[in-house]
Amino acid sequence: MFNHLLSLLIWLPVVGSIPVLLAGAARPNLARWLSMLVAVATFVLSLFLLVQYNADAGGMQLTESYLWIASWGVHYGLAVDGISVALIVMTTFVGILVIAGAWEVIQDKPHLYMAAMLILEGLLIGVFCATDALLFYALFEAILIPMFILIGMWGGPRRVYATLKFFIYTFFGSVFMLIALLYLYQKAHTFDLATLAALPLTFKEQAWIFFAFLIAFAIKVPMVPVHTWLPDAHVEAPTGGSVVLAAVMLKVGTYGMLRFILPIVPDAGAHFAWLIVVLSLIAIVYIGYVALVQEDMKKLVAYSSVAHMGFVTLGIFIAFALVREQGSTDMALLGMQGAMVQMISHGFVSGAMFTCIGVMYDRLHTRQIKDYGGVINAMPWFGFFYVLFAMANCGLPGTSGFVGEFMVILASFAASPWIALFAAFTLIIGAGYTLWLVKRVLWGEITNPHVAEMKEINGRETFVLVAFAAAVLALGIWPQPLVHLMDSSVAQLVQQLAIHKI
Amino acid sequence: MPTLNDILILLPEFYLVAAACLLLLLDAFMKPAQRPLLHWISIAVLLVAIYLVIAGQPDRAVTAFGGMFVRDDAAEIIKVFALGTTAMIFVYARPYLIDRKLLGGEFYTLMIFAVIGIMLLVSAGSLATVYLGLELLSLSSYALVALNRDAKLPSEAAIKYFVLGALASGMLLYGMSMVYGASGMGGTPTLELAQLNHVMGYTTAPTLLLFGLIFMIIGIGFKLGAAPFHMWIPDVYQGAPTPVTTFVAAGSKLAAFGMAYRLLAAGMGDLAQQWQLILAVLAVLSLAIGNLVAIVQTNLKRMLAYSTISHMGYLLLGLSAAGPEGYAAALFYAICYALMGVAAFGVILALGRAGFECEEIADFKGLARKAPWMAFLMLLAMFSLAGVPPLFGFWAKVLVLEAAIHADMLWLAIVGIVFAIVGLYYYLYVIKVMYFDAPEEGGALQVQQDKPLRLVLSLNALSLLVLGLYWGPLLAWCRRAFGL
Repeated sequence: MFNHLLSLLIWLPVVGSIPVLLAGAARPNLARWLSMLVAVATFVLSLFLLVQYNADAGGMQLTESYLWIASWGVHYGLAVDGISVALIVMTTFVGILVIAGAWEVIQDKPHLYMAAMLILEGLLIGVFCATDALLFYALFEAILIPMFILIGMWGGPRRVYATLKFFIYTFFGSVFMLIALLYLYQKAHTFDLATLAALPLTFKEQAWIFFAFLIAFAIKVPMVPVHTWLPDAHVEAPTGGSVVLAAVMLKVGTYGMLRFILPIVPDAGAHFAWLIVVLSLIAIVYIGYVALVQEDMKKLVAYSSVAHMGFVTLGIFIAFALVREQGSTDMALLGMQGAMVQMISHGFVSGAMFTCIGVMYDRLHTRQIKDYGGVINAMPWFGFFYVLFAMANCGLPGTSGFVGEFMVILASFAASPWIALFAAFTLIIGAGYTLWLVKRVLWGEITNPHVAEMKEINGRETFVLVAFAAAVLALGIWPQPLVHLMDSSVAQLVQQLAIHKI
Repeated sequence: MPTLNDILILLPEFYLVAAACLLLLLDAFMKPAQRPLLHWISIAVLLVAIYLVIAGQPDRAVTAFGGMFVRDDAAEIIKVFALGTTAMIFVYARPYLIDRKLLGGEFYTLMIFAVIGIMLLVSAGSLATVYLGLELLSLSSYALVALNRDAKLPSEAAIKYFVLGALASGMLLYGMSMVYGASGMGGTPTLELAQLNHVMGYTTAPTLLLFGLIFMIIGIGFKLGAAPFHMWIPDVYQGAPTPVTTFVAAGSKLAAFGMAYRLLAAGMGDLAQQWQLILAVLAVLSLAIGNLVAIVQTNLKRMLAYSTISHMGYLLLGLSAAGPEGYAAALFYAICYALMGVAAFGVILALGRAGFECEEIADFKGLARKAPWMAFLMLLAMFSLAGVPPLFGFWAKVLVLEAAIHADMLWLAIVGIVFAIVGLYYYLYVIKVMYFDAPEEGGALQVQQDKPLRLVLSLNALSLLVLGLYWGPLLAWCRRAFGL
């Protein structure tokens, strides 16, 4: 079984969605329980990854490779390193919580919703372990289909606009990556990522390929200025869709940078690192301000996601500057590690924030901040969790939000105090928009009579929030296991940064 | 004199001619009550033909009738798929024909004659055979479009199709005569494609040859429905009875690929540099016009017509690469398009009935609620047409793009991919209508309860998913046909 652990992880949820679909609209509870069974089984399987993966050795492990398309030399190739393992476990963990979160909330065709979630989960796991560029690309694009359906069928009033924008925007980005991959195929006659990483390329080629990759991944992350699809998609998506979008799908963008830009076009990456650093800083500072003025809770958290993902891209590309210009591998390692921790942490924190908003939305059917106020009086337990996640969102020490941001700021200080200065702005702005949100929603007098009628969270919601809270606190207080899991893989990535390919 | 060997090589074609004639006789002598039997007999006839094609497949290319007819792998693949899609169309068409009282020998006989035309065309070894096959296909198609002869729209479509088709045939014939003439200047005049390949080397009238080539390309462009020779496509697609539209979309596109391959690659191979760029321009125009105009369509058949034009753009992308890789990719694309097109039109056929054609996009409102399975099949077809992985259409696109890049035409690949984004919109729009819109109160939507139709259509659409996950063998088959 362990020889095909990765395949199992991908296919279990995808194939598991078939019985869920067969359960049909007539037996919604059967569909719910079946999908929960599949999600839990997938999570348990993913825990075996933690056991099977040797974190000290690093490198690609649990390799599976079968010839898929013989005449093109395309392989069905899977393998994981520490970063993939962390992301996969996060995906399966979030997978359970979104299914629990949707339990009785989704009344319209729950079987379809659950099945789409499971397929999405399987495809995302596939993206995180594909070692063949064409397989990666196919999975990367296939993700759009279930997400398109999720937003379009269970979304808000402007869902059609949002889901079309989401699909076309992301599709637009990735097609250029396809051209770049086909170009690389002409040179290397393979789509194997390890071979492509060793392929010598002139600077001009690297620059073009870099931008082709960058468009694809920057839209997915999303980076400024191609982030505009995200607020729309988030606002209109159902809660579960938002959670998966923020927690896992955005990570696909930064993960792609690690797997494609860093190894394949390192010289162009180093040359244009300043661009990414500037864009990341804009995301952190400017988008932080944009978040401040939002009146829709989901939009606010969506913008805060863009700002937080700015730390991930900052951490990855600051490492370039550190390695290439200052030769300080230690600091680069710190920045990169910070970026990785931030990826995982943001997954839990943003997922939790969107779940909280979903909980309130289910009761009041509005996401406008002004409609709330004094929620803590009606839902004290909910308020407790909400404050916790808000603190994590603004990076309070002791929560997971702090660890990654702090590491990235430290590393960027080594590159340039100015970068660190701007990055550190987030501590103020982030606290500003998050705490102000909490103040307006939770505290104060109840002005809207409907708020007083809001029911306290039930057992199912408590379960979801406790799970998120446990993850957020665990990573915040004791990040060492996570850092250790990714340590040697990150070190290998950093080593690759120094290799000149021209 | 034809030898026995010649006849054996053409066995599938001879068999089909005989079968079609027998069908006509049967139709004339059958009691009206027994007419529906014709349907099953026709399907059986096609299945036997597929068997004959596969069973008699020679190890290497063989020619018959003094080089007039070539039987090679490329021809075999097209024949198998042309026969297969036609059989599928028969299955899909039955409820339609019964509903509209069109079920009779004419439809089946004409379709089979059209298929014979395809088979001759794609096996052509000489200009004469190309023309023969083409006319057999075209004339049958004109008549098929006008099958419902009392209705206004089909008659209009048939006249348009006929006039423009005749013009195209004229262009083609004119070009052929020039090529024939050029081959006679400085050598022996010849119609044989294999020998025409060398004409450029010796002819004293290269300009005449080039002119002939261009006229022939115009003829091919018409048959492919590539812009700017696409004018007939939307009207014919919309006006023709849906089963016939399906055939024109799927079957005759396979034929058009075969014809382009025979005339350009096999016959004008050493002029590749000249026609390569012309085809690239046709490809860009088709991609642009097809995709942009499809966006504003409200009639699904018409939208699919413009979508075909854009798909021919992709097919031309592969052809213009002018190498075995490109031909293999284009053949793969043609097969893929045939399967996708048949599936999409099949859903329209499954939902329409007399008095309610279900061909406006708005008719599909809320289909996912009323008939989830049909909506799912259409979803597969649409995502496949749009080229979203993991569906079959995506890989076909990847192959032609790769072929274009391989032939040092990176710009063409980029144009192709940019228009894929444009095209995405109108396919997604259909899915949006089916899945995200509420059904209309008291809407007329109903699914045909014909079991064979549902079964074959399901297999057809699911094959887009299965082939999307495992397309290696089909690609290998296509590549083998071009010696790769």
